[in-house]
Amino acid sequence: MSAEESGLVKIALVSCGSEYAGVQPEFEAAAARVDAKFIYPEIDIASIDTIGKDFGLEVASGDLRLMMARAKAVVEGTTKVDGVFITTCFRCAEGAIVRNEVRRYIHKHSEIPVISYSFTERTSAGTLLTRLEALTTIARRRHLLAREVQTGLTAGIDSGSTTTKAVVMRDNKIIGKGWVPTTKVLESADEAYSQALKEAGVAREEVQALGTTGYGRFLIGNHFNAQLIQEEITVNSKGAVYLAGRQKGSATVIDIGGMDNKAISVEDGIPGMFTMGGICAGASGRFFEMISKRLGVEITELGALAVKGMQENVNMNSYCIVFGIQSLVNSLAKGATPEDVAAAACYSVVEQIYEQQLQEVDVKEPLILVGGSSLIEGVPKALGDLLKIEVLVPENSHMIGAVGAALLASGYVEE
Amino acid sequence: MAKVFIYPVNSLILSDLVERFEHKPLTMMNQVREKVTNISLDSPPINITPEDPKIGLRYAAVEVPAGVRGRMSLIGPLIEETEAAIIVENPPANFGCVGCNRTNELMKYLVRDKGVPVLEVKYPESDEDARDFVNKIAAFLESLPEEKPDEDEKPVDEEPAEKEAEE
Repeated sequence: MSAEESGLVKIALVSCGSEYAGVQPEFEAAAARVDAKFIYPEIDIASIDTIGKDFGLEVASGDLRLMMARAKAVVEGTTKVDGVFITTCFRCAEGAIVRNEVRRYIHKHSEIPVISYSFTERTSAGTLLTRLEALTTIARRRHLLAREVQTGLTAGIDSGSTTTKAVVMRDNKIIGKGWVPTTKVLESADEAYSQALKEAGVAREEVQALGTTGYGRFLIGNHFNAQLIQEEITVNSKGAVYLAGRQKGSATVIDIGGMDNKAISVEDGIPGMFTMGGICAGASGRFFEMISKRLGVEITELGALAVKGMQENVNMNSYCIVFGIQSLVNSLAKGATPEDVAAAACYSVVEQIYEQQLQEVDVKEPLILVGGSSLIEGVPKALGDLLKIEVLVPENSHMIGAVGAALLASGYVEE
Repeated sequence: MAKVFIYPVNSLILSDLVERFEHKPLTMMNQVREKVTNISLDSPPINITPEDPKIGLRYAAVEVPAGVRGRMSLIGPLIEETEAAIIVENPPANFGCVGCNRTNELMKYLVRDKGVPVLEVKYPESDEDARDFVNKIAAFLESLPEEKPDEDEKPVDEEPAEKEAEE
């Protein structure tokens, strides 16, 4: 019986011994919330002594060899699963090497969706929820993610940490948009939705299906009786390839949000490998807000400044949102121009995403940059310069979540 | 009877050997049994909670991964009790394994650093080696004191050390 039929998604937990780190209950709690169950692929214990040579990666730790043996059991079909969660201790170099290679191995030899994560004893179920929700959605709702055309009259609301976006779509066209800062989650959603409905010239009752996404998705989804409440990994990747007109084939989506970033490897509109950054605000839209304030310009003006500047003129010695901004401000005192500082800020965010997130997904062109920060012209420029590839910023790239939600919600119009 | 630390710390064979010579093996199994029979906790499968890696800070710094510190919260107290130790090098996984080599390195270092009698033997690869392996362990265990010295009985080498310090 498939995951779609049974409702319960079986996820192979491939870890270096998370039960010793005090995080196991959090893993289990997050899985239970998305109606998933962890299973442990069975292997022959003697294979732990030989797997290094078989797999080609010889490491000293027994549990890391166990990870390779379990990955092999999943790929060879000895254990049937709908998804794989690969996880090792944060700050363990040996663990990080195995985690990455096991993830690549499963991705290369199977169609099974995989996520990887490095944990500390502070990892909470909340941190893992969005990731596991995305993993189970890919396993459970492939039919929904296959949707390429929006039909009927639908709406999407993206309740983000910084801004709330709403769109109304009819017959594959955006007919109304709303964009407000997030203050009180419900009120901001109501305001953005009202803006979009007003621009579209339709009444709330006429909307045939509503989808919600973003941090506040559960709250606003329940409040507005949404047909679809969905995490932002699948919604945003769907929205990105839809808006960019790249629904077929490979693509990489980078979403720089107000509080965190996502790097998603997409195949035919369905996410494969993805990473979510959420530990450091220095690589998020919040960094741009703060540097704009220190430069005395609106955030909408930061991008135009950045494309005129040279990031090389600024000595930036920290990615931290506090110390990094201090570096930028100090450089102004040493004669750097605001244009240089704006360029350095864009480069700093992009470099962090490159160093910390893009290493965990296979970057395949086209690279589609979305999220509010994609509107800051210096950001796609810095990303293109760093990766030496062309970066695609689709129209309405900041509305990506709301558009993806409206598109996917149209699946419920026909149902 | 001596409290004997064994490596691998969950080796049933070593634990059995130590018991046969009427010493007390210090094993991971006993530590885990205490954890899982504590009904006030609910963190399956071995009831390690986020508090345990913090207890592990006694043995490893905060930048050491949580999995190492969580394991050390179980193994560290055993090392504190250790009066003698048997370390088997290069054992296969089914002889015993805690899964993390960083933890292995740390626990072996702490045991060696403690200054207690330590027997280090290689895991045997032939029948002849196996006999030699068991004989070495048996001789080591026989050499350990059957009864712990009385608390008020001072070790004989303490006084000369003090004299040296005075000089």
